[in-house]
Amino acid sequence: MYLALQGLFDPALVALIAALLLGCAGIPGLFLRKPGTGQNIAATVSILAALIGVPAALQLLFSNTTTTYQLLWNLPFGLCELVIDPLSAFFLIPVFLVSAAGSVFALGYWPAVEHRATERGLTFFYGLLSSSIAVLLTARNDVFFIMVWEIMALSAYFLVVTEHEREEVRRAGIVYLIATHIGTAALFIYFSLLAAETGSFTLPEAGSLSALSPVAAIMAVAAFIGFGAKAGIMPFHVWLPPAHANAPSHVSALMSGVMLKMGLYGIFRTLTFFHDPPLLWGWILTVCGISSALLGIAFAVAQRDVKRLLACSSIENIGIITTGLGVALLGVSSHNPTLIYLGLAGALLHIFNHSLFKPLLFLGSGVIIHNSGTREMNLMGGLGKGMPRLSLVFFVGSVAICGIPPLNGFVSEFLLYLGFFTQLKAGSLVYLVFLAPLLALVGGLSVVAFTKLYSSVFLGTPRSSAAAHPHEPGGTMLLPMAFFALISLLIGVAPQQALRLVSPAITAFYPQLSLISAGAEYGAIMGRLSLVTLLILLLALVAALLWKWRLNKNLVSSASTWGCGYQRGTSRMQYHGSSFSELAVSVFNGIMRQRVERPVLDGLFPVRSRCIDTPTETFLERIIAPLFDGAGMLFVFLHRLQHGLMQIYMLYIFATLFILMLWAN
Amino acid sequence: MTNSIIHIFLALTMPPLLLGVIGKTKAAFAGRVGAPFLQPYHDIIRLLQKGSVFSTTTTWVFRAGPIVALATTAVAALLVPFGAHPAPVSFDGDMILYAYLFAMGRFFTMSAALDTGSSFEGMGSAREATYSCLAEPTLFFALITLSRLSGTFSLSTMLVNISLGVWLDTGAALLLLVGGMFIVLLVENCRIPFDDPNTHLELTMIHEVMVLDHSGPAFGIIQYAAALKLFVLGAFFIHLALPYATGNPLLDWGLFIISMLELAVVIGIVESVMARLRLIRIPQLLVAATILAAFSTLLVIR
Repeated sequence: MYLALQGLFDPALVALIAALLLGCAGIPGLFLRKPGTGQNIAATVSILAALIGVPAALQLLFSNTTTTYQLLWNLPFGLCELVIDPLSAFFLIPVFLVSAAGSVFALGYWPAVEHRATERGLTFFYGLLSSSIAVLLTARNDVFFIMVWEIMALSAYFLVVTEHEREEVRRAGIVYLIATHIGTAALFIYFSLLAAETGSFTLPEAGSLSALSPVAAIMAVAAFIGFGAKAGIMPFHVWLPPAHANAPSHVSALMSGVMLKMGLYGIFRTLTFFHDPPLLWGWILTVCGISSALLGIAFAVAQRDVKRLLACSSIENIGIITTGLGVALLGVSSHNPTLIYLGLAGALLHIFNHSLFKPLLFLGSGVIIHNSGTREMNLMGGLGKGMPRLSLVFFVGSVAICGIPPLNGFVSEFLLYLGFFTQLKAGSLVYLVFLAPLLALVGGLSVVAFTKLYSSVFLGTPRSSAAAHPHEPGGTMLLPMAFFALISLLIGVAPQQALRLVSPAITAFYPQLSLISAGAEYGAIMGRLSLVTLLILLLALVAALLWKWRLNKNLVSSASTWGCGYQRGTSRMQYHGSSFSELAVSVFNGIMRQRVERPVLDGLFPVRSRCIDTPTETFLERIIAPLFDGAGMLFVFLHRLQHGLMQIYMLYIFATLFILMLWAN
Repeated sequence: MTNSIIHIFLALTMPPLLLGVIGKTKAAFAGRVGAPFLQPYHDIIRLLQKGSVFSTTTTWVFRAGPIVALATTAVAALLVPFGAHPAPVSFDGDMILYAYLFAMGRFFTMSAALDTGSSFEGMGSAREATYSCLAEPTLFFALITLSRLSGTFSLSTMLVNISLGVWLDTGAALLLLVGGMFIVLLVENCRIPFDDPNTHLELTMIHEVMVLDHSGPAFGIIQYAAALKLFVLGAFFIHLALPYATGNPLLDWGLFIISMLELAVVIGIVESVMARLRLIRIPQLLVAATILAAFSTLLVIR
């Protein structure tokens, strides 16, 4: 299939066709009567798009070419160019992978027969979201970029509010809508300034703008707010946990795995426009990145809701990526190729890695929630017995996201650590090395968060009757997850290949870099790492065989868990998620709190009582929430303009246009 | 080659001896005769020959715990140089792998403990998770200081680099580091005053309570892996605290073995003269250790 196409078209066209195919995937379903057919068509089309899109993107990446197409439109905004360079191609790969995996997963997770009312819209907007993300990566016209950006933002909104009959979902939707539009407003400022600076609506060439003018500083701030709000960098992360928690799971997977990265893509792309960025930019990105990582994972540790925990860990991962980018930018400012290479390699590889293990975990969380009927971790438990396969792939995802060898998360963090350490030998930027202990702390906390998640869901015994009868998900749900787990393992054991994957994107970001020497040096280190990783697996195998041999020689019996002689243990006595994280949260008191309402003990005999704990974010409660309350008060008068009369709204638009025309003249 | 073989041979055979020495020291302080030096070997061999009991609650995660703990510690043993001899495996950045190998072992051990559904073991792993995440930055500060002093990014070169000369130059920084790393050594290996490997009162324990349900060969593997971990972290520590080398390969191996035994005696003395800390004090001491290590980093990179 692909080979035949390759003869006819060039890979960039194939990639664009794949992107458009994704957008059309959900359309037939809108018109078909019979439930299910449309969903099957959508899944088939998405797989097809991935099958032609991923090889095309890989080819574009490795051939290191830039292909330009022109979209013929008669809007007064100049040429509309669609350009695929290695940086776009790199970001395209996860789009195709995750959207295909998500649509296949949806067949079992959101079957049309059971969800007739919502399935059509969901499938349609899912396709539209993936497609708009893919097209966004090629857009090189300011106006076109904003248009596609809005299609992306709005289709994500419709996906988040799929279950809009629930109050909580509507609230999450509104918060998301406000956050994304604050971001879009900032982007309007950014693109207007950019158009004024360059004199055309086409995005500027790499390195063509000076970063030292005051306009550049304003542009940088606007771009940081606009794209940062989408990526969920602190302090723009507020919308992220509720939106991800309330969307259907394959939507959360797409949002977290791919959509958040578009904010990062925007920052990457913006940075290429400027030459000689000041050191301050790098420092801002680095500091915002590492604090997002630390606070994000601290929030994750305290969560009780499976999907909220995953969403908070997305904030952490975005933070790690931003740190890498900030370090690379410091390297650009100080003309330090090693720092640029390692920072970018770590950041880009982490983007790719996160788009593998986070969708895996979100898809898994969908199955978990379906089986236990709740998102509350404290009510789950023991699912691993009934679902051994899901338990295994979810375990792989959890280990990967903690950045633990032998999986892929470790590789990208390893590159970042190397970047921090290399500055010890250089004379400048030595203090960068203090990021290493901070990243180690992030790693330690993510181990707390993910052992908490994994153990309270899969291990022990069921804590509620709803979770007591799990059944293994079907092939369409398990396969996408197993696929992600497999790639995670492959990158873990062959990191030198992963480094080859990111190298063209690094060159695209910073063409001046002589990659040959740096790439070869770190390729060799990755080769050693790969050998040691294989050694770990081999030793584990040897130990397992040794143990197996001893087990076969001796008597093996089974009994209940040792309860220190207590005979009446119940499953409610197990340590659950909240009790597991209580100690860790108490250490980080201040930024994060588990507010526990404990029963008062009095009298000789215990009486029936309840204990409630709620995780709270100090930052959200003290700063963001009052800020928005204040804004709400200020805007009360605008309510008068908002009365639901369509004709008056049209009058507003007309009046605005008229005034603008007068002003322009 | 010969050095590599001796390295692997020592890593395989010597770890339980440290436990024996610690036990003997504590016995001497208590005025007892104590178990023979080789008792830990007998214990492990006996455990390997016993039958196993598995809780009906457990899954494959429970069985993977001890295996991965052993495998990761064994690989870590290959990365650390013993005495003046470089380690069999070394490459730029291996110190990061070294730190993360322990995290990997910990992830599996904690999961295995939680797999039993016992609240005691849950308590143990919650403590382990918190304390280890506070101990991690200390190790990284130490690695930074060592990397800065030696100008290299590999454990072998940065540890072998420490000598009496370096001590004379940057004594203050190294002294702070020795303090911080000794605390990490005790925490990571669950020794008094942080944890008591001997008590059977579950409420006071961390590591011991996590492996409450493991029996027979699995428990033997855990005991051995714990001894190996003490050995590996101890080998790291004696580079800082007792950095003497003669230049003669054989003599250096002898020196290494003696230093390790001295370390075991010191740990035994600490365990004899100190009481176990209250749980609430442990995070404070860990943060103090981190700050000590951070001070030493500041001293060398200013």
